[in-house]
Amino acid sequence: MYKILLKQDLVPNIHLFKVAAPNVAKKAQPGQFVVIRIDEKGERIPLTIADWDEEEGSVTIVFMEVGTTTHRLALLEDGDFIANLVGPLGLPTHIDKFGTVVCVAGGFAVATIMPIARAMKKEGNRVISIMGARNRSLIFWEEELHRVSDQLIVTTDDGSYARKGMVTEPLKELLETGERVDRVIAIGPSIMMKFCAKTTQPFGVKTIVSLNPIMVDGTGMCGCCRVSVGDETKFTCVDGPDFDGHQVDWDLLFARQRIYIDEEKRSFEQWQSQHGILS
Amino acid sequence: MPRQDPKTRSNNFNEVALGYSDEQAQAEASRCIQCPKRSCVDGCPVWVDIPGFIKAICDGDMPDAVRILKDKNSLPGICGRVCPQETQCEATCSLAKKGAPMAIGRLERYVADWERAHMQSLNPPIVQPKPNGKQVAVVGSGPAGLTVAADLAKLGYSVTIFEALHVAGGVLMYGIPEFRLPKNIVQAEVEYVTSLGVKLELDSLIGKLFTIDELLNNGYQAVFLGTGAGLPMFMNIPGENLNGIYSANEFLTRVNLMKAYKFPEYDTPVKVGKRVAVIGGGNVAMDSARCALRLGAEEVYIVYRRSEVEMPARREEVENAKAEGIEFKLLTNPKQFLGDEQNWVLGMECYEMELGEPDDSGRRRPIAKPGSEFIIDVDVVIVALGTTPNPVIAQTAEGLEIGKRGVVVADEVTGETKKPCVWAGGDIATGSATVISAMGAAKRAAVSIDEYFKG
Ligand SMILES: Cc1cc2nc3c(=O)[nH]c(=O)nc-3n(C[C@H](O)[C@H](O)[C@H](O)COP(=O)(O)OP(=O)(O)OC[C@H]3O[C@@H](n4cnc5c(N)ncnc54)[C@H](O)[C@@H]3O)c2cc1C
Ligand SMILES: Cc1cc2nc3c(=O)[nH]c(=O)nc-3n(C[C@H](O)[C@H](O)[C@H](O)COP(=O)(O)OP(=O)(O)OC[C@H]3O[C@@H](n4cnc5c(N)ncnc54)[C@H](O)[C@@H]3O)c2cc1C
Ligand code: SF4
Ligand code: SF4
Ligand code: FES
Repeated sequence: MYKILLKQDLVPNIHLFKVAAPNVAKKAQPGQFVVIRIDEKGERIPLTIADWDEEEGSVTIVFMEVGTTTHRLALLEDGDFIANLVGPLGLPTHIDKFGTVVCVAGGFAVATIMPIARAMKKEGNRVISIMGARNRSLIFWEEELHRVSDQLIVTTDDGSYARKGMVTEPLKELLETGERVDRVIAIGPSIMMKFCAKTTQPFGVKTIVSLNPIMVDGTGMCGCCRVSVGDETKFTCVDGPDFDGHQVDWDLLFARQRIYIDEEKRSFEQWQSQHGILS
Repeated sequence: MPRQDPKTRSNNFNEVALGYSDEQAQAEASRCIQCPKRSCVDGCPVWVDIPGFIKAICDGDMPDAVRILKDKNSLPGICGRVCPQETQCEATCSLAKKGAPMAIGRLERYVADWERAHMQSLNPPIVQPKPNGKQVAVVGSGPAGLTVAADLAKLGYSVTIFEALHVAGGVLMYGIPEFRLPKNIVQAEVEYVTSLGVKLELDSLIGKLFTIDELLNNGYQAVFLGTGAGLPMFMNIPGENLNGIYSANEFLTRVNLMKAYKFPEYDTPVKVGKRVAVIGGGNVAMDSARCALRLGAEEVYIVYRRSEVEMPARREEVENAKAEGIEFKLLTNPKQFLGDEQNWVLGMECYEMELGEPDDSGRRRPIAKPGSEFIIDVDVVIVALGTTPNPVIAQTAEGLEIGKRGVVVADEVTGETKKPCVWAGGDIATGSATVISAMGAAKRAAVSIDEYFKG
């Protein structure tokens, strides 16, 4: 059992947990993830390690409510336990002195890109971060991300805060101004990562994305997480989750993410009715 | 042995074989002629004293039967159910020549089941040996890991098992279905192993959480690798990543480990499918097909590129599958998978095959007949073509020698690897094999580890 040491509601539907997992905290590196299971009947789901504290023996996860598991997770409080947490899984993000690195984060990924931006900065890169959200109420950690970046650009889809538009727009402008960009890291919803990769492709700037297919074990045992990168089949949990965004077969990823759409709906409706929530 | 009727059982996940009654067990046990040569024992990789425990059944001394059995085999309820006895102990039983070997596996199961039903109340004192102060780390909690841990614990070693998944048991939990091996029986035998003082660290992927060298530098004087062969193989033909195409590992893990057959009570889904094709001819293929049927598929095919005589699956499992209504499409091999615009599989283009000259495996090589392509309509496909060892361990350990198909090279007798203080056994060293061969390798490794410490 893994104890939740701290819960924070970052915005109404995005929450942060600090979970006691001392051994994982000793080993975690930027870009790695854990697989958790709430209880005996729960599903195993992957979540990125957003931070870790070796001294306290904790890892931080940040998740967005999308379906049954993440909604159930959101009901837990400080002091509650989750049954299982395994990690750190996946290969760490490649951190090096590249020069100028642009970190693009959409939605909850503002949290998950933090350790990467921080490590890139520490390595001596100039870090330009771009964070985007649908609207003002979904913005969090602006200050935090600013602190580990040389420059921060914020966008909202509806223009209710900062710059109106998608994250790809300032990204494109940066590249167009002839600014030398050595690497782009884009993390967020798959569609956003796809368009970031599309934006950078004509400029030939290496773009790393962190893929989020459906997973079960997270250890390379099932093949559920397979994706196609440069026409080769890869297992995201052990070969990734970071891949070259210009090589990813995005349509395959989108399609495979939808495999259980009917079952997810059924499960969520059942959960809602059990909890007296009308959909 | 009595079984559930095929019609009934194809709709449930309850155990198919129902086990002996007391009278049936007595009658069977009394057939044993207690031959002085004990040829049956030669066929058992873990050296069970077969005549001994059978005699105890005849004498009506069940606690003694349990004791004799468990002296060599810590997992009798499992072995009694899934050992391929027909090629092991029952093949070497002297009565086999007359065509009716002793039903050793069934008697073993009978004794183990009797223990689970009765011994709890008898509360057998587990004699904890004096700790010898030596610490051993075991990686993986499949039959190999559990066996080496139990044997070393009985000798006084302090043993910790590290397991990547959230439960112990390996393939016994995630692969072999409930209707052949009930999961409460696996867990009861895991509990027996922990009752010997073995510590179990779940959710621990070695290679990531700790490397082998870190284990060796942090108090463990020896490491046993029993991580199995869990990496699924695919065919690398067009369309293999379409939705609805599973590796057998994924399909079985969802169904058995995550209990998708109880969805949505258990939250992990699985696609049921109306027409399901399972590619392969081994036990894993039979298990996958029989699971698909129980989940509610209307038609389930086994698609195998050779003929029935070459099938590696146990005879009994092939018969069970046929009795339940699974259709065999033999001498058939997929060329590619066809999908719709949503990326869902809807068909499988196959070749008709014919058998040519024998290949390295001694079986006749299947050859595609040119121009023989035809299409089978399917909505779920399960690829059951075998597995190789997961490379996570090998990638993170210096000094291990890796052989053909990713196996860790280990001495066949002692289990010693090329890396000092590291032993390996079971599927990780042989590729996919059997529960009992993994346990046999683990037993020999336990002896070797003990000898190493004694100098
Ligand atoms: C490596 C990796 C890191 C991730 N990190 C984060 C993170 O830091 N924060 C965060 O909010 N989300 C993260 N995700 C996504 C997160 O795992 C899903 O949101 C979660 O599984 C949804 O579960 P659910 O039951 O709430 O929703 P469901 O109703 O089950 O599903 C909703 C969506 O989640 C996807 N999904 C469902 N089950 C799984 C599964 N077992 N594995 C992966 N995706 C699934 C589906 O494709 C679907 O689009 C990550 C995914 C991956 C692969
Ligand atoms: C569907 C199916 C049906 C079968 N039916 C039969 C049968 O009827 N009879 C029979 O005799 N055999 C059968 N087998 C084969 C048999 O199950 C295996 O040969 C046997 O389980 C091998 O045991 P093992 O201990 O070597 O490995 P496994 O049982 O594979 O256990 C390995 C364990 O190690 C864990 N692990 C892996 N990597 C790591 C790591 N890095 N860190 C920590 N833990 C790790 C895994 O999660 C797993 O729990 C079947 C196999 C399958 C898949
Ligand atoms: S363990 Fe397996 S091989 Fe050994 S006696 Fe029992 S059934 Fe036979
Ligand atoms: S060989 Fe067969 S008959 Fe002889 S002792 Fe063994 S089980 Fe009994
Ligand atoms: S999640 Fe099972 S192999 Fe990646």
